[in-house]
Amino acid sequence: MAVHTTQLTVNGRKETVDVPASMTLLRMLREKLALTGTKNGCEAGECGACTVLLDGEPVNSCIVLAVECDGHEVYTVEGLTENGALEKLQEAFIDKNAIQCGFCTPGMLISAYALLQRNPHPSEEAIQEALVGNLCRCTGYQRIITAVSEASVSGRRDS
Amino acid sequence: MTNPRPVLPDFEYIHPETAKEAVIFLKSHPHDARPFLGGTDCFNSIRDRKISVKYLVDLKGLVGFDQLTFDTKKGLTIGAAVGMNRLIASEDVQRVYPLIAEAAREVGSYQLRTRATLVGNLCNASPCGDTISPCLLYEGMVQIIGSGEQRTILLADFILGPGKTVLTAGEIVSAIHLPLPPLGAQSAYRSIGRNALGDLAIAASAVLGFPDRSAHSSYRFRIALAAVAPTVIFVPMAQELLAAGPIDEEMLDKAAAIAGEACKPISDIRASADYRRDMVITLTRTALETVWGALNRKSKNGA
Repeated sequence: MAVHTTQLTVNGRKETVDVPASMTLLRMLREKLALTGTKNGCEAGECGACTVLLDGEPVNSCIVLAVECDGHEVYTVEGLTENGALEKLQEAFIDKNAIQCGFCTPGMLISAYALLQRNPHPSEEAIQEALVGNLCRCTGYQRIITAVSEASVSGRRDS
Repeated sequence: MTNPRPVLPDFEYIHPETAKEAVIFLKSHPHDARPFLGGTDCFNSIRDRKISVKYLVDLKGLVGFDQLTFDTKKGLTIGAAVGMNRLIASEDVQRVYPLIAEAAREVGSYQLRTRATLVGNLCNASPCGDTISPCLLYEGMVQIIGSGEQRTILLADFILGPGKTVLTAGEIVSAIHLPLPPLGAQSAYRSIGRNALGDLAIAASAVLGFPDRSAHSSYRFRIALAAVAPTVIFVPMAQELLAAGPIDEEMLDKAAAIAGEACKPISDIRASADYRRDMVITLTRTALETVWGALNRKSKNGA
């Protein structure tokens, strides 16, 4: 089976990875680049735990082939930190106790980050709609919604 | 959610440079090659071993496939690789083809819609495909590239049954073209799933109404139902009734009841056939109410 040499940018860093055609972006991130912040939940595009940014837009990395990302730019939850300072959204999740087991958190953060990029002041309804594809079995969602709302008000942390 | 075989089986990835190259490859591998766009449906089918492929042919990079163009005289052309989120965000789509934006928002989640394409939705020909009924109501024309001449056919003739289209091996859809809607058209899309958002439709009703002096009631309606028959269906009897008029509350009730009779729902994990039929009546009634109300307001404001 052919191996594809795939060149892409991950969290601002150029990477060259040899992948089989059937390897998903999710598995490439976790197994080839050791970026295990992106979680493997359902592997069916349902739960959103594997959400990453592909060219600035959120996608389920479990239903994207790694080889399709040749020449493209990917951001994972690891890319949300800037010089070690937590993105304001991550701080809001901590402050508002929006994390319990934490498995859904990376995907939630990426979806919420993308929402705030396209709509800096979303209504509660807009937050709910943006997070429809991110399932959480612990929190009941309300604290997550509150955290996103809080981050939208306070903006990015100055560091 | 539990997937006992989560890893995709081996296949080869084909990335053609031109549509011609894609067509030749697909035609020479009629049984083991499959074209794909967003992959939101086909990767799951491959993973679940519902389909097996040796070659996956990626059409996203083909020239023109990512074009979304609106012309005030000709209408809207949606390239095969245009994602649902792009459609939803398009001002032209929101203004002139609101049903498309409304129905596309019902598809899965935001991150799924980044990749999911409207043309993929049409080619999958699922009975519950959300964007099929709006495209039918706008009288969409499917643009097909094959080894011979390019052909364009009405969407209504394109879908043959669940998962079945007129496409033959080596044929691909490059775009769907929607002509301008009739002047003064108003529309509504109503659907129900198990959740308010993010689930497949249990039943859906799309209604488009517009002034037409050739109709006895001075209005014509197009009504399409999804997830309640093997394909998305029109309801010609209700459409004729409303064209005959006079249109009043009772007439809207009757038209919705006819929609209920016209559908052929099944019982499955998401809903029973009886529930679906009841929902078709309710959804069609509320959609008709919305459209009729908007048409009335418009005619009063214009008078």
